[in-house]
Amino acid sequence: MKELDPLVFVAVFQEMLGPLLWVMLLVAVVGTVAFLALLVRERGLVSRRLVRAEVLGVFGGALALVIMAKVSSSGFTDAGGPADWFLIALVYGVGLVATVILTYTLMGWMSPRRATS
Amino acid sequence: MSETLQPDPRVETARRRFLAGLGALPLTAALSQTSTPAQAASVKSSARIVIAGAGAAGLAAASQLAARLQDASITVIDARKEHYYQPGFTLVAAGIKPQAYTVSNTGDYLPQGVEWVTERVAEIDPEGNKVVTESGKAVAYDFLILATGLELNYAGIEGMDTARIGQNGMGSIYHSPQAATATWQAMSAFADKGGIGVFGRPAGEMKCAGAPLKYTFITDDHLRRRGNRGKAEIVYMAQSKSLFGVPIVAEKVRMLFQDRGVKVNHEHVLQAIDLDKRIATYKTLTGTAEQKYDFINVVPPMRAPEVVRNSPLPWTEGPFAADGWVEVDRDTLRHKRYPNVFGVGDIAGVPKGKTAASVKWQVPVAVSHLIGDIAGKASSEVYNGYTSCPLITRLGQAMLIEFDYKDNLIMSFPGVIAPLEELWISWVMKTMALKPTYISMLRGRA
Repeated sequence: MKELDPLVFVAVFQEMLGPLLWVMLLVAVVGTVAFLALLVRERGLVSRRLVRAEVLGVFGGALALVIMAKVSSSGFTDAGGPADWFLIALVYGVGLVATVILTYTLMGWMSPRRATS
Repeated sequence: MSETLQPDPRVETARRRFLAGLGALPLTAALSQTSTPAQAASVKSSARIVIAGAGAAGLAAASQLAARLQDASITVIDARKEHYYQPGFTLVAAGIKPQAYTVSNTGDYLPQGVEWVTERVAEIDPEGNKVVTESGKAVAYDFLILATGLELNYAGIEGMDTARIGQNGMGSIYHSPQAATATWQAMSAFADKGGIGVFGRPAGEMKCAGAPLKYTFITDDHLRRRGNRGKAEIVYMAQSKSLFGVPIVAEKVRMLFQDRGVKVNHEHVLQAIDLDKRIATYKTLTGTAEQKYDFINVVPPMRAPEVVRNSPLPWTEGPFAADGWVEVDRDTLRHKRYPNVFGVGDIAGVPKGKTAASVKWQVPVAVSHLIGDIAGKASSEVYNGYTSCPLITRLGQAMLIEFDYKDNLIMSFPGVIAPLEELWISWVMKTMALKPTYISMLRGRA
């Protein structure tokens, strides 16, 4: 009777985000594919670029927390227990990782091939 | 489901999900726990099903039946064209969400092939298997799903006038989206200057018994944020000896009220109100007591709508008889005397269960028994009284409280979200995830 149904995830997130859900999923998929393609093209990570992307990632994580605070009419200052710190870390982490991968990929594809030495 | 012998399957699935490494998504894991009507085999039938009421329970039932039955005639009867997301009323009255957050159109949720009669139900005749609308139209049925909701009996409070909600320090969230906004304005004005704030709840069954408590906490927090808590006295009038129907929750609320300096008077039931002089009169064990107020949140007594009370469907004895709640079996939600009638949502005469979260668990049970009758294969599904309430304890925090008929706490996220802990994650759930889940439920997708 009571099962986990992935379709329910989709239904709820669709109600929550509307068309934005599909835009976000598209960005995530395209970004990941482009990142992997870049890795293949360059045969590895370019550390200088990665460090720059990571700096931006720090801000990306913070931005994710700001957006979360805005849409939930509250903020991480309302944290009351371990589950909250877990959620904060999760939101920050998703913002950070997404920003790092997307900016690294963008910089990689936009810069000329001089990066490979 | 015998809870004493085996663990709650929802708890088990949540636990498995967590152990499987998806604990990072407890929110979505909970949302996806469902009986899955859309996946069940579809049944061919020419049955005539009437659903009285297009609120949360009526619409969810219509969607699930439409998805599972082929060729059946499904008719929903409800005069109101607007649909209210009632769990959002408290957030509107807290100044968190706009009024429009709670209002949408019933027509948006009705599945294809379901007929909608936009009239009030005037008579229910379970002997003749028909419902009569106010224009005199008789709609015959093979199965009736009663989802009329309840009636806010403001007339039960002498001197009360709903037209004056929002004026002279009187608020009443339950009445309507407009009243929730008007209540916010009155409460906000009170939070600006302080005085005596009076809260409480009626005797008898009510929907979302947590809401009167929530609003007490929310008002306390607004006063604190504006630096006026010291200028205010907050009084909570409990209708019984306890603050909440589930003892362990009642005790936690008692502690929180003590922490926030909320004065509690037990066994006080609002009987009359003088809206000009701002005096509320309470029925007590020994007589009556008067209480002056600068702000009051009036929660009216609640009972079954007149059309149900005048039908043969209510309990004839016991605690649910006086207010006309429908005599259904608490496990299956099937009527005890009229087996082709089911009662879901607020109208059901069962302990607990008057919340949208309860509807989410009640409707699939009633629907599966109804379809079992049609298919000639009895259903074994049982509603265990599941009710949940994200009890807001300050702006930005709530306690996720879930319980059943036996006053057991149910934990959807054991080890992650403690039920009696004031948490931001529970607030996030309330403000972000519950409405999308609710709307998905109306569409039969959750």
